[in-house]
Amino acid sequence: MKVTEKDVAYVADLANLELSDDERARMLRDLNSILGHIDNLNELDTANVPPMAQVSELYGVDKTKAGSERFIYAAREDVIEGLRKSLPHDEALANAPSTDGTYFKVPKVIER
Amino acid sequence: MNVNGLTIDAARAAIAERKTTAAALVEAHYACIASVDDASDPAKIGAYLVLSKERASAKAAQIDAMAAKGDTLPPLAGVPVGIKDVMCTRGVRTTAGSKILGNYIPPYDCTAVARMEAAGAVVLGKLNCDEFAMGSSNENSAWRPVRNPRDLSRVPGGSSGGSAAAVAADLAVATLGSDTGGSIRQPASFCGVVGLMPTYGRVSRYGLIAFASSLDHIGPFTKTVKDAATVLKVIAGRDPMDATSAETPVPDYVADLNKGVRGLRIGVPKEYFGEGLDGEVRAAVEAAIQKLASLGCEIKPISLPHTKYAIPVYYIIATAEASSNLARFDGVRYGYRAKDAKNLSQMYRRTRDCGFGAEVKRRIMLGTYALSAGYYDAYYLKAQKVRTLLTRDFEEAFKDVDAIVTPTSPTAAFKIGEKSDDPLAMYLADIYTVTADLAGVCGVSIPCGETKDKLPIGMQILGKHFDESTILRVGHAYEQAA
Repeated sequence: MKVTEKDVAYVADLANLELSDDERARMLRDLNSILGHIDNLNELDTANVPPMAQVSELYGVDKTKAGSERFIYAAREDVIEGLRKSLPHDEALANAPSTDGTYFKVPKVIER
Repeated sequence: MNVNGLTIDAARAAIAERKTTAAALVEAHYACIASVDDASDPAKIGAYLVLSKERASAKAAQIDAMAAKGDTLPPLAGVPVGIKDVMCTRGVRTTAGSKILGNYIPPYDCTAVARMEAAGAVVLGKLNCDEFAMGSSNENSAWRPVRNPRDLSRVPGGSSGGSAAAVAADLAVATLGSDTGGSIRQPASFCGVVGLMPTYGRVSRYGLIAFASSLDHIGPFTKTVKDAATVLKVIAGRDPMDATSAETPVPDYVADLNKGVRGLRIGVPKEYFGEGLDGEVRAAVEAAIQKLASLGCEIKPISLPHTKYAIPVYYIIATAEASSNLARFDGVRYGYRAKDAKNLSQMYRRTRDCGFGAEVKRRIMLGTYALSAGYYDAYYLKAQKVRTLLTRDFEEAFKDVDAIVTPTSPTAAFKIGEKSDDPLAMYLADIYTVTADLAGVCGVSIPCGETKDKLPIGMQILGKHFDESTILRVGHAYEQAA
Protein backbone atom coordinates (compact mmCIF):
# COMPACT_ATOMS: atom_id res chain seq x y z
CA MET A 1 0.00 0.00 0.00
CA LYS A 2 1.56 3.25 -1.08
CA VAL A 3 -1.24 5.56 -0.07
CA THR A 4 -2.25 5.52 3.59
CA GLU A 5 -5.43 6.66 5.33
CA LYS A 6 -3.49 9.68 6.49
CA ASP A 7 -2.57 10.53 2.89
CA VAL A 8 -6.21 10.29 1.84
CA ALA A 9 -7.22 12.70 4.60
CA TYR A 10 -4.41 15.10 3.71
CA VAL A 11 -5.17 15.10 -0.03
CA ALA A 12 -8.92 15.45 0.55
CA ASP A 13 -8.11 18.51 2.64
CA LEU A 14 -5.96 19.98 -0.16
CA ALA A 15 -8.76 19.33 -2.67
CA ASN A 16 -11.49 20.87 -0.48
CA LEU A 17 -13.37 17.59 -0.20
CA GLU A 18 -14.83 16.19 3.01
CA LEU A 19 -15.50 12.54 2.00
CA SER A 20 -17.51 10.13 4.14
CA ASP A 21 -15.84 7.20 5.94
CA ASP A 22 -17.05 4.87 3.20
CA GLU A 23 -15.69 7.16 0.51
CA ARG A 24 -12.31 7.34 2.24
CA ALA A 25 -12.06 3.55 2.43
CA ARG A 26 -13.01 3.24 -1.23
CA MET A 27 -10.56 6.01 -2.20
CA LEU A 28 -7.73 4.23 -0.35
CA ARG A 29 -8.38 1.05 -2.32
CA ASP A 30 -8.84 2.76 -5.72
CA LEU A 31 -5.84 5.10 -5.45
CA ASN A 32 -3.56 2.22 -4.52
CA SER A 33 -4.85 0.12 -7.40
CA ILE A 34 -4.41 2.93 -9.95
CA LEU A 35 -1.02 4.07 -8.61
CA GLY A 36 0.15 0.46 -8.73
CA HIS A 37 -0.45 0.54 -12.48
CA ILE A 38 1.10 4.00 -12.81
CA ASP A 39 4.31 2.73 -11.17
CA ASN A 40 5.06 0.95 -14.46
CA LEU A 41 6.45 4.31 -15.60
CA ASN A 42 9.48 3.66 -13.39
CA GLU A 43 10.69 1.06 -15.90
CA LEU A 44 11.72 3.96 -18.13
CA ASP A 45 14.89 5.99 -17.71
CA THR A 46 13.80 9.58 -18.34
CA ALA A 47 16.84 11.34 -16.87
CA ASN A 48 17.60 13.06 -20.17
CA VAL A 49 14.05 13.52 -21.47
CA PRO A 50 12.50 16.99 -21.30
CA PRO A 51 8.98 17.24 -19.84
CA MET A 52 6.11 18.12 -22.18
CA ALA A 53 3.40 20.40 -20.80
CA GLN A 54 1.34 20.97 -23.91
CA VAL A 55 1.08 20.11 -27.59
CA SER A 56 1.20 23.71 -28.75
CA GLU A 57 4.89 23.66 -27.86
CA LEU A 58 5.25 21.64 -31.06
CA TYR A 59 3.79 24.07 -33.57
CA GLY A 60 2.79 27.64 -34.15
CA VAL A 61 5.62 28.91 -31.98
CA ASP A 62 8.68 30.92 -32.88
CA LYS A 63 11.32 28.37 -31.95
CA THR A 64 14.10 30.97 -32.02
CA LYS A 65 12.56 32.61 -28.95
CA ALA A 66 12.53 31.44 -25.35
CA GLY A 67 9.79 31.11 -22.74
CA SER A 68 6.50 32.92 -23.25
CA GLU A 69 7.99 34.91 -26.16
CA ARG A 70 7.48 31.77 -28.24
CA PHE A 71 3.72 32.18 -28.01
CA ILE A 72 3.74 35.83 -29.01
CA TYR A 73 1.38 35.08 -31.94
CA ALA A 74 -1.42 34.55 -29.43
CA ALA A 75 -0.89 37.91 -27.73
CA ARG A 76 -3.19 40.90 -28.17
CA GLU A 77 -3.21 44.52 -27.15
CA ASP A 78 -3.87 45.04 -23.45
CA VAL A 79 -7.02 47.15 -23.63
CA ILE A 80 -9.81 47.59 -21.10
CA GLU A 81 -12.65 46.09 -23.12
CA GLY A 82 -10.49 43.28 -24.52
CA LEU A 83 -12.05 41.01 -27.14
CA ARG A 84 -15.57 41.11 -25.77
CA LYS A 85 -17.52 43.42 -23.57
CA SER A 86 -17.73 42.33 -19.97
CA LEU A 87 -21.01 40.71 -18.96
CA PRO A 88 -23.63 43.07 -17.59
CA HIS A 89 -23.72 42.93 -13.79
CA ASP A 90 -27.06 41.12 -13.57
CA GLU A 91 -25.99 38.43 -16.05
CA ALA A 92 -22.73 37.85 -14.21
CA LEU A 93 -24.65 37.31 -10.96
CA ALA A 94 -27.59 35.38 -12.47
CA ASN A 95 -26.19 31.91 -11.77
CA ALA A 96 -24.95 32.63 -8.26
CA PRO A 97 -26.52 30.72 -5.34
CA SER A 98 -26.54 33.88 -3.20
CA THR A 99 -26.02 37.58 -3.95
CA ASP A 100 -27.08 40.94 -2.58
CA GLY A 101 -27.62 42.24 -6.10
CA THR A 102 -24.13 43.72 -6.29
CA TYR A 103 -21.82 41.12 -4.78
CA PHE A 104 -21.63 37.35 -4.41
CA LYS A 105 -22.53 36.37 -0.84
CA VAL A 106 -20.73 33.63 1.08
CA PRO A 107 -20.99 32.29 4.63
CA LYS A 108 -18.90 33.88 7.37
CA VAL A 109 -15.17 33.57 6.81
CA ILE A 110 -14.05 34.47 10.34
CA GLU A 111 -15.79 33.29 13.51
CA ARG A 112 -16.17 35.88 16.23
CA MET B 1 -39.51 13.35 -44.16
CA ASN B 2 -37.79 10.11 -43.19
CA VAL B 3 -34.71 11.00 -41.16
CA ASN B 4 -33.19 7.51 -41.09
CA GLY B 5 -29.63 7.78 -42.36
CA LEU B 6 -30.19 11.45 -43.26
CA THR B 7 -26.86 13.14 -44.04
CA ILE B 8 -25.85 16.80 -44.09
CA ASP B 9 -25.77 16.93 -47.89
CA ALA B 10 -29.19 15.32 -48.21
CA ALA B 11 -30.76 17.56 -45.55
CA ARG B 12 -29.34 20.74 -47.03
CA ALA B 13 -30.27 19.75 -50.59
CA ALA B 14 -33.84 18.82 -49.60
CA ILE B 15 -34.28 22.25 -48.01
CA ALA B 16 -32.66 24.10 -50.92
CA GLU B 17 -34.89 22.26 -53.43
CA ARG B 18 -37.94 23.00 -51.24
CA LYS B 19 -38.70 19.27 -50.84
CA THR B 20 -38.85 19.84 -47.11
CA THR B 21 -38.30 22.67 -44.66
CA ALA B 22 -35.87 23.13 -41.80
CA ALA B 23 -38.92 23.34 -39.52
CA ALA B 24 -40.18 19.96 -40.76
CA LEU B 25 -36.76 18.37 -40.17
CA VAL B 26 -36.73 19.74 -36.62
CA GLU B 27 -40.24 18.33 -36.01
CA ALA B 28 -39.28 14.95 -37.45
CA HIS B 29 -36.25 14.74 -35.17
CA TYR B 30 -38.17 15.79 -32.08
CA ALA B 31 -40.75 13.11 -32.91
CA CYS B 32 -37.99 10.47 -33.01
CA ILE B 33 -36.57 11.79 -29.74
CA ALA B 34 -39.99 11.58 -28.07
CA SER B 35 -40.51 8.02 -29.24
CA VAL B 36 -37.13 6.33 -28.60
CA ASP B 37 -35.01 8.68 -26.50
CA ASP B 38 -37.17 10.27 -23.76
CA ALA B 39 -34.75 10.78 -20.87
CA SER B 40 -37.55 10.42 -18.30
CA ASP B 41 -38.05 6.79 -19.36
CA PRO B 42 -35.12 4.69 -18.09
CA ALA B 43 -35.81 1.99 -20.68
CA LYS B 44 -35.17 4.40 -23.56
CA ILE B 45 -31.86 5.67 -24.95
CA GLY B 46 -31.59 8.88 -22.89
CA ALA B 47 -29.21 10.79 -25.18
CA TYR B 48 -30.81 14.22 -24.77
CA LEU B 49 -30.86 15.94 -21.38
CA VAL B 50 -32.46 19.19 -22.53
CA LEU B 51 -34.32 20.12 -25.73
CA SER B 52 -33.78 23.69 -26.96
CA LYS B 53 -37.08 23.90 -28.85
CA GLU B 54 -37.40 27.69 -29.00
CA ARG B 55 -33.86 28.16 -30.21
CA ALA B 56 -34.33 25.39 -32.79
CA SER B 57 -37.56 26.76 -34.20
CA ALA B 58 -36.16 30.30 -34.46
CA LYS B 59 -33.11 29.05 -36.37
CA ALA B 60 -35.21 26.79 -38.60
CA ALA B 61 -37.51 29.72 -39.46
CA GLN B 62 -34.49 31.81 -40.42
CA ILE B 63 -33.20 29.05 -42.75
CA ASP B 64 -36.65 28.51 -44.26
CA ALA B 65 -36.95 32.24 -44.99
CA MET B 66 -33.59 32.12 -46.77
CA ALA B 67 -34.65 29.08 -48.78
CA ALA B 68 -37.96 30.73 -49.70
CA LYS B 69 -36.10 33.73 -51.10
CA GLY B 70 -33.78 31.44 -53.04
CA ASP B 71 -30.69 32.63 -51.16
CA THR B 72 -27.51 30.54 -51.29
CA LEU B 73 -27.68 28.38 -48.20
CA PRO B 74 -24.73 28.06 -45.79
CA PRO B 75 -22.99 24.66 -45.46
CA LEU B 76 -25.08 23.37 -42.54
CA ALA B 77 -28.35 25.07 -43.48
CA GLY B 78 -31.22 23.49 -41.59
CA VAL B 79 -29.11 20.58 -40.36
CA PRO B 80 -30.46 19.37 -36.98
CA VAL B 81 -27.57 18.92 -34.54
CA GLY B 82 -27.06 18.07 -30.88
CA ILE B 83 -24.38 19.40 -28.57
CA LYS B 84 -22.56 17.54 -25.79
CA ASP B 85 -23.53 19.04 -22.45
CA VAL B 86 -19.96 20.19 -21.73
CA MET B 87 -20.28 23.02 -24.28
CA CYS B 88 -21.86 26.26 -23.12
CA THR B 89 -25.06 27.36 -24.85
CA ARG B 90 -26.38 30.80 -24.04
CA GLY B 91 -29.72 30.55 -22.24
CA VAL B 92 -29.84 26.74 -22.48
CA ARG B 93 -29.06 24.72 -19.35
CA THR B 94 -25.56 23.23 -19.46
CA THR B 95 -24.65 20.76 -16.70
CA ALA B 96 -21.54 18.87 -17.91
CA GLY B 97 -23.45 15.81 -16.69
CA SER B 98 -22.93 17.00 -13.10
CA LYS B 99 -25.20 17.87 -10.19
CA ILE B 100 -22.83 20.70 -9.29
CA LEU B 101 -23.94 22.50 -12.49
CA GLY B 102 -27.51 21.21 -12.32
CA ASN B 103 -29.06 24.66 -12.75
CA TYR B 104 -26.35 26.43 -14.74
CA ILE B 105 -27.58 28.67 -17.58
CA PRO B 106 -24.53 29.94 -19.49
CA PRO B 107 -24.44 33.63 -20.43
CA TYR B 108 -22.44 32.91 -23.60
CA ASP B 109 -21.98 30.37 -26.42
CA CYS B 110 -19.07 28.03 -26.98
CA THR B 111 -17.22 29.12 -30.16
CA ALA B 112 -17.75 25.73 -31.86
CA VAL B 113 -21.50 25.92 -31.23
CA ALA B 114 -21.66 29.52 -32.44
CA ARG B 115 -19.81 28.54 -35.63
CA MET B 116 -22.21 25.63 -36.23
CA GLU B 117 -25.22 27.94 -35.90
CA ALA B 118 -23.61 30.66 -38.01
CA ALA B 119 -23.26 27.99 -40.71
CA GLY B 120 -26.98 27.28 -40.50
CA ALA B 121 -27.12 24.34 -38.08
CA VAL B 122 -30.20 23.99 -35.88
CA VAL B 123 -29.38 23.04 -32.27
CA LEU B 124 -31.98 20.54 -31.05
CA GLY B 125 -30.65 20.18 -27.52
CA LYS B 126 -27.91 19.12 -25.13
CA LEU B 127 -26.53 15.61 -25.00
CA ASN B 128 -25.86 13.42 -22.01
CA CYS B 129 -22.28 12.52 -21.12
CA ASP B 130 -20.10 11.28 -18.30
CA GLU B 131 -19.78 13.88 -15.55
CA PHE B 132 -17.21 16.48 -16.68
CA ALA B 133 -16.41 14.11 -19.57
CA MET B 134 -14.78 11.68 -17.14
CA GLY B 135 -15.63 8.15 -18.16
CA SER B 136 -15.69 5.56 -20.91
CA SER B 137 -19.27 4.30 -20.64
CA ASN B 138 -21.58 7.24 -19.88
CA GLU B 139 -22.47 5.55 -16.58
CA ASN B 140 -20.85 8.47 -14.73
CA SER B 141 -23.57 10.92 -15.81
CA ALA B 142 -25.21 12.37 -12.70
CA TRP B 143 -28.55 12.21 -14.52
CA ARG B 144 -28.80 8.75 -16.05
CA PRO B 145 -26.77 6.36 -18.18
CA VAL B 146 -27.23 6.50 -21.95
CA ARG B 147 -28.18 3.22 -23.63
CA ASN B 148 -26.54 2.01 -26.84
CA PRO B 149 -29.13 2.26 -29.65
CA ARG B 150 -27.81 -0.96 -31.18
CA ASP B 151 -28.35 -2.94 -27.96
CA LEU B 152 -30.12 -1.17 -25.12
CA SER B 153 -28.49 -3.40 -22.49
CA ARG B 154 -25.07 -2.06 -23.46
CA VAL B 155 -23.17 1.20 -22.93
CA PRO B 156 -22.78 3.66 -25.83
CA GLY B 157 -19.18 4.35 -24.77
CA GLY B 158 -18.02 7.57 -23.23
CA SER B 159 -17.66 10.17 -22.37
CA SER B 160 -19.57 11.57 -25.39
CA GLY B 161 -22.06 8.68 -25.24
CA GLY B 162 -25.11 10.85 -25.87
CA SER B 163 -23.47 12.47 -28.91
CA ALA B 164 -22.66 9.08 -30.45
CA ALA B 165 -26.04 7.50 -29.60
CA ALA B 166 -27.97 10.47 -31.02
CA VAL B 167 -26.31 10.14 -34.44
CA ALA B 168 -26.59 6.34 -34.39
CA ALA B 169 -30.33 6.50 -33.63
CA ASP B 170 -31.03 9.32 -36.14
CA LEU B 171 -31.87 11.75 -33.35
CA ALA B 172 -29.60 14.34 -35.02
CA VAL B 173 -27.85 14.51 -38.38
CA ALA B 174 -24.58 15.45 -36.64
CA THR B 175 -23.45 16.18 -33.10
CA LEU B 176 -20.49 17.72 -31.32
CA GLY B 177 -18.55 15.88 -28.66
CA SER B 178 -15.26 16.30 -26.85
CA ASP B 179 -12.26 13.98 -26.66
CA THR B 180 -9.70 14.07 -23.84
CA GLY B 181 -8.65 10.40 -23.79
CA GLY B 182 -10.86 8.89 -26.49
CA SER B 183 -14.25 10.36 -25.63
CA ILE B 184 -15.20 10.94 -29.30
CA ARG B 185 -13.59 7.98 -31.02
CA GLN B 186 -14.48 5.22 -28.51
CA PRO B 187 -18.25 5.97 -28.38
CA ALA B 188 -18.28 6.43 -32.19
CA SER B 189 -16.83 2.92 -32.40
CA PHE B 190 -19.35 1.48 -29.90
CA CYS B 191 -22.35 3.05 -31.68
CA GLY B 192 -21.27 2.49 -35.30
CA VAL B 193 -20.85 6.12 -36.41
CA VAL B 194 -18.00 8.37 -37.54
CA GLY B 195 -16.23 10.29 -34.75
CA LEU B 196 -13.43 12.77 -35.48
CA MET B 197 -10.92 14.15 -32.99
CA PRO B 198 -9.14 17.03 -34.74
CA THR B 199 -5.55 18.02 -33.95
CA TYR B 200 -5.08 19.83 -30.63
CA GLY B 201 -5.57 23.52 -31.38
CA ARG B 202 -7.51 22.94 -34.62
CA VAL B 203 -10.88 23.76 -32.99
CA SER B 204 -11.28 26.46 -30.35
CA ARG B 205 -12.01 25.23 -26.83
CA TYR B 206 -13.62 28.52 -25.78
CA GLY B 207 -16.85 27.70 -23.96
CA LEU B 208 -15.92 24.04 -23.43
CA ILE B 209 -16.14 23.28 -19.71
CA ALA B 210 -12.53 22.33 -19.05
CA PHE B 211 -11.52 18.83 -17.96
CA ALA B 212 -7.81 18.64 -18.90
CA SER B 213 -6.79 21.71 -20.84
CA SER B 214 -3.72 20.27 -22.59
CA LEU B 215 -5.77 17.30 -23.82
CA ASP B 216 -9.31 18.57 -24.50
CA HIS B 217 -10.55 18.59 -28.11
CA ILE B 218 -13.95 19.34 -29.67
CA GLY B 219 -14.99 17.34 -32.72
CA PRO B 220 -17.97 16.01 -34.69
CA PHE B 221 -19.98 12.78 -34.79
CA THR B 222 -21.59 12.11 -38.17
CA LYS B 223 -23.08 9.34 -40.27
CA THR B 224 -20.47 9.65 -43.03
CA VAL B 225 -16.83 10.71 -43.33
CA LYS B 226 -17.84 13.42 -45.79
CA ASP B 227 -20.18 14.91 -43.19
CA ALA B 228 -17.33 14.94 -40.64
CA ALA B 229 -15.23 16.86 -43.18
CA THR B 230 -18.07 19.33 -43.69
CA VAL B 231 -18.49 19.99 -39.95
CA LEU B 232 -14.74 20.26 -39.33
CA LYS B 233 -14.43 22.93 -42.03
CA VAL B 234 -17.09 24.94 -40.19
CA ILE B 235 -15.69 24.69 -36.65
CA ALA B 236 -11.92 24.75 -37.35
CA GLY B 237 -9.67 27.80 -37.26
CA ARG B 238 -8.09 30.38 -35.02
CA ASP B 239 -10.25 31.94 -32.30
CA PRO B 240 -8.79 34.87 -30.36
CA MET B 241 -10.76 33.66 -27.31
CA ASP B 242 -8.62 30.49 -27.11
CA ALA B 243 -4.90 31.20 -27.01
CA THR B 244 -4.13 27.56 -27.87
CA SER B 245 -6.19 27.63 -31.07
CA ALA B 246 -3.80 27.48 -34.00
CA GLU B 247 -3.35 29.94 -36.82
CA THR B 248 -2.70 27.10 -39.29
CA PRO B 249 -4.90 27.66 -42.39
CA VAL B 250 -8.03 25.50 -42.69
CA PRO B 251 -8.00 23.45 -45.92
CA ASP B 252 -11.10 22.41 -47.89
CA TYR B 253 -11.51 19.00 -46.23
CA VAL B 254 -14.46 18.04 -48.44
CA ALA B 255 -12.66 18.77 -51.72
CA ASP B 256 -9.61 16.90 -50.44
CA LEU B 257 -11.68 13.70 -49.98
CA ASN B 258 -11.55 13.01 -53.67
CA LYS B 259 -7.77 12.96 -53.98
CA GLY B 260 -7.82 9.16 -53.60
CA VAL B 261 -5.56 6.95 -51.51
CA ARG B 262 -3.40 5.18 -54.09
CA GLY B 263 0.21 5.23 -52.92
CA LEU B 264 -0.55 6.43 -49.39
CA ARG B 265 1.59 4.68 -46.79
CA ILE B 266 -0.47 3.21 -43.92
CA GLY B 267 1.32 2.18 -40.74
CA VAL B 268 0.03 -0.70 -38.62
CA PRO B 269 1.56 -0.55 -35.11
CA LYS B 270 2.14 -3.98 -33.61
CA GLU B 271 1.50 -2.68 -30.08
CA TYR B 272 -2.18 -2.16 -30.94
CA PHE B 273 -2.76 -5.77 -31.94
CA GLY B 274 -1.48 -7.56 -28.85
CA GLU B 275 -2.91 -9.06 -25.69
CA GLY B 276 -6.40 -7.92 -24.73
CA LEU B 277 -7.63 -7.31 -28.28
CA ASP B 278 -10.90 -9.14 -28.92
CA GLY B 279 -10.67 -11.66 -31.78
CA GLU B 280 -13.66 -10.33 -33.70
CA VAL B 281 -12.37 -6.75 -33.47
CA ARG B 282 -8.96 -7.86 -34.68
CA ALA B 283 -10.44 -9.74 -37.64
CA ALA B 284 -12.60 -6.78 -38.69
CA VAL B 285 -9.75 -4.25 -38.49
CA GLU B 286 -7.36 -6.59 -40.32
CA ALA B 287 -9.96 -7.05 -43.06
CA ALA B 288 -10.32 -3.25 -43.30
CA ILE B 289 -6.55 -2.91 -43.64
CA GLN B 290 -6.66 -5.50 -46.47
CA LYS B 291 -9.37 -3.42 -48.12
CA LEU B 292 -7.12 -0.33 -47.93
CA ALA B 293 -4.31 -2.38 -49.51
CA SER B 294 -6.65 -3.36 -52.35
CA LEU B 295 -7.37 0.36 -52.90
CA GLY B 296 -3.67 0.97 -53.52
CA CYS B 297 -2.41 1.90 -50.05
CA GLU B 298 0.99 0.61 -49.08
CA ILE B 299 0.67 -1.20 -45.71
CA LYS B 300 3.75 -0.99 -43.47
CA PRO B 301 4.27 -2.66 -40.08
CA ILE B 302 5.48 -0.05 -37.57
CA SER B 303 6.18 0.26 -33.87
CA LEU B 304 5.04 2.84 -31.30
CA PRO B 305 7.24 1.39 -28.56
CA HIS B 306 6.00 3.39 -25.57
CA THR B 307 2.30 2.63 -26.11
CA LYS B 308 1.93 0.56 -22.94
CA TYR B 309 2.84 3.61 -20.85
CA ALA B 310 0.09 5.79 -22.31
CA ILE B 311 -2.61 4.91 -19.78
CA PRO B 312 -0.44 5.64 -16.71
CA VAL B 313 0.77 8.92 -18.27
CA TYR B 314 -2.76 9.90 -19.17
CA TYR B 315 -4.24 9.21 -15.74
CA ILE B 316 -1.60 11.38 -14.09
CA ILE B 317 -1.70 14.32 -16.50
CA ALA B 318 -5.46 14.35 -17.06
CA THR B 319 -6.28 14.08 -13.36
CA ALA B 320 -3.67 16.67 -12.36
CA GLU B 321 -5.15 19.16 -14.82
CA ALA B 322 -8.67 18.23 -13.75
CA SER B 323 -7.91 18.78 -10.07
CA SER B 324 -6.85 22.30 -10.96
CA ASN B 325 -9.68 23.02 -13.44
CA LEU B 326 -12.39 21.74 -11.09
CA ALA B 327 -11.20 23.94 -8.23
CA ARG B 328 -13.51 26.63 -9.64
CA PHE B 329 -16.62 24.72 -8.53
CA ASP B 330 -16.94 26.22 -5.08
CA GLY B 331 -20.62 27.15 -4.78
CA VAL B 332 -19.99 30.89 -5.06
CA ARG B 333 -20.40 32.18 -8.61
CA TYR B 334 -22.57 29.47 -10.18
CA GLY B 335 -23.96 26.03 -9.59
CA TYR B 336 -24.99 24.09 -6.54
CA ARG B 337 -24.26 25.28 -2.98
CA ALA B 338 -24.67 23.07 0.09
CA LYS B 339 -27.07 24.54 2.63
CA ASP B 340 -26.48 25.24 6.31
CA ALA B 341 -22.69 25.39 6.28
CA LYS B 342 -21.31 27.13 9.38
CA ASN B 343 -18.46 28.88 7.57
CA LEU B 344 -16.91 29.35 4.14
CA SER B 345 -14.53 26.42 4.33
CA GLN B 346 -17.30 24.00 5.30
CA MET B 347 -19.50 25.39 2.52
CA TYR B 348 -16.78 24.66 -0.09
CA ARG B 349 -16.28 21.12 1.18
CA ARG B 350 -19.92 20.18 1.50
CA THR B 351 -20.76 21.75 -1.87
CA ARG B 352 -18.05 19.71 -3.58
CA ASP B 353 -18.85 16.55 -1.61
CA CYS B 354 -22.52 16.64 -2.61
CA GLY B 355 -22.05 18.19 -6.05
CA PHE B 356 -19.42 15.86 -7.53
CA GLY B 357 -19.93 12.16 -8.28
CA ALA B 358 -17.63 9.31 -7.26
CA GLU B 359 -15.46 9.21 -10.40
CA VAL B 360 -14.93 12.97 -10.42
CA LYS B 361 -13.87 12.90 -6.76
CA ARG B 362 -11.57 9.95 -7.48
CA ARG B 363 -9.86 11.89 -10.28
CA ILE B 364 -9.59 15.09 -8.25
CA MET B 365 -7.97 13.06 -5.45
CA LEU B 366 -5.55 11.27 -7.80
CA GLY B 367 -4.59 14.52 -9.52
CA THR B 368 -4.16 16.42 -6.28
CA TYR B 369 -2.01 13.59 -4.92
CA ALA B 370 0.19 13.60 -8.06
CA LEU B 371 0.73 17.35 -7.76
CA SER B 372 1.27 17.43 -4.00
CA ALA B 373 4.59 18.20 -2.35
CA GLY B 374 6.83 15.15 -2.35
CA TYR B 375 5.03 13.39 -5.21
CA TYR B 376 5.25 15.99 -7.99
CA ASP B 377 8.57 14.73 -9.39
CA ALA B 378 7.71 11.06 -9.00
CA TYR B 379 4.35 11.30 -10.73
CA TYR B 380 3.55 14.54 -12.55
CA LEU B 381 7.03 15.36 -13.86
CA LYS B 382 7.67 11.70 -14.69
CA ALA B 383 4.41 11.56 -16.67
CA GLN B 384 5.28 14.75 -18.56
CA LYS B 385 8.63 13.23 -19.55
CA VAL B 386 7.05 10.02 -20.78
CA ARG B 387 4.55 12.17 -22.69
CA THR B 388 7.56 13.46 -24.63
CA LEU B 389 8.55 9.86 -25.44
CA LEU B 390 5.02 9.02 -26.63
CA THR B 391 5.03 12.09 -28.86
CA ARG B 392 8.43 11.15 -30.28
CA ASP B 393 7.04 7.69 -31.14
CA PHE B 394 4.56 9.38 -33.46
CA GLU B 395 7.16 11.76 -34.91
CA GLU B 396 9.35 8.78 -35.80
CA ALA B 397 6.45 6.77 -37.23
CA PHE B 398 5.20 9.64 -39.37
CA LYS B 399 8.60 9.90 -41.06
CA ASP B 400 7.70 6.65 -42.86
CA VAL B 401 3.91 6.62 -43.08
CA ASP B 402 1.10 9.03 -43.94
CA ALA B 403 -1.48 7.59 -41.54
CA ILE B 404 -1.72 4.89 -38.88
CA VAL B 405 -4.57 2.38 -38.63
CA THR B 406 -5.55 0.57 -35.41
CA PRO B 407 -8.63 -0.75 -33.66
CA THR B 408 -10.43 2.11 -31.86
CA SER B 409 -11.21 0.03 -28.78
CA PRO B 410 -10.08 -3.47 -27.75
CA THR B 411 -13.70 -4.69 -27.58
CA ALA B 412 -17.16 -3.84 -28.87
CA ALA B 413 -19.65 -2.17 -26.49
CA PHE B 414 -19.79 -3.82 -23.07
CA LYS B 415 -22.83 -4.34 -20.83
CA ILE B 416 -24.13 -1.57 -18.59
CA GLY B 417 -22.70 -2.26 -15.13
CA GLU B 418 -19.97 -4.61 -16.40
CA LYS B 419 -17.01 -2.40 -15.45
CA SER B 420 -18.61 0.30 -13.33
CA ASP B 421 -17.13 -1.04 -10.06
CA ASP B 422 -13.52 -1.32 -11.26
CA PRO B 423 -11.98 2.02 -12.27
CA LEU B 424 -8.73 0.50 -13.55
CA ALA B 425 -10.59 -1.92 -15.87
CA MET B 426 -12.62 1.02 -17.16
CA TYR B 427 -9.47 3.10 -17.75
CA LEU B 428 -7.93 0.27 -19.79
CA ALA B 429 -10.84 0.54 -22.26
CA ASP B 430 -9.09 3.73 -23.50
CA ILE B 431 -5.84 1.94 -24.26
CA TYR B 432 -5.85 2.61 -28.03
CA THR B 433 -7.16 6.18 -27.88
CA VAL B 434 -5.33 8.10 -25.12
CA THR B 435 -1.96 8.21 -26.88
CA ALA B 436 -3.26 10.42 -29.69
CA ASP B 437 -4.61 12.94 -27.14
CA LEU B 438 -1.26 13.04 -25.34
CA ALA B 439 0.64 13.57 -28.61
CA GLY B 440 -1.98 16.00 -29.97
CA VAL B 441 -2.27 14.21 -33.33
CA CYS B 442 -5.64 13.85 -35.08
CA GLY B 443 -7.72 10.68 -35.26
CA VAL B 444 -11.02 9.42 -36.60
CA SER B 445 -13.01 6.29 -35.82
CA ILE B 446 -15.07 4.84 -38.64
CA PRO B 447 -17.30 1.75 -38.63
CA CYS B 448 -15.59 -1.35 -40.05
CA GLY B 449 -18.00 -4.18 -39.42
CA GLU B 450 -19.91 -5.92 -36.68
CA THR B 451 -19.46 -8.72 -34.19
CA LYS B 452 -21.61 -11.84 -34.51
CA ASP B 453 -23.93 -10.18 -31.95
CA LYS B 454 -24.41 -7.27 -34.38
CA LEU B 455 -22.37 -4.83 -32.30
CA PRO B 456 -20.44 -2.19 -34.28
CA ILE B 457 -16.64 -2.34 -34.56
CA GLY B 458 -14.56 0.78 -35.17
CA MET B 459 -11.28 1.34 -36.99
CA GLN B 460 -9.14 4.24 -35.84
CA ILE B 461 -7.11 6.25 -38.38
CA LEU B 462 -4.46 8.54 -36.86
CA GLY B 463 -2.74 11.35 -38.71
CA LYS B 464 -0.03 13.98 -38.37
CA HIS B 465 -0.62 17.30 -36.66
CA PHE B 466 -3.09 19.33 -38.80
CA ASP B 467 -3.34 16.57 -41.41
CA GLU B 468 -7.03 15.80 -40.96
CA SER B 469 -7.32 15.81 -44.78
CA THR B 470 -5.33 12.59 -45.07
CA ILE B 471 -7.18 10.61 -42.40
CA LEU B 472 -10.54 11.76 -43.78
CA ARG B 473 -9.42 10.72 -47.29
CA VAL B 474 -8.49 7.26 -46.03
CA GLY B 475 -11.75 6.95 -44.11
CA HIS B 476 -13.81 8.14 -47.07
CA ALA B 477 -12.10 5.73 -49.49
CA TYR B 478 -12.70 2.82 -47.10
CA GLU B 479 -16.32 3.83 -46.50
CA GLN B 480 -17.02 4.07 -50.24
CA ALA B 481 -15.41 0.68 -50.91
CA ALA B 482 -16.89 -1.21 -47.95
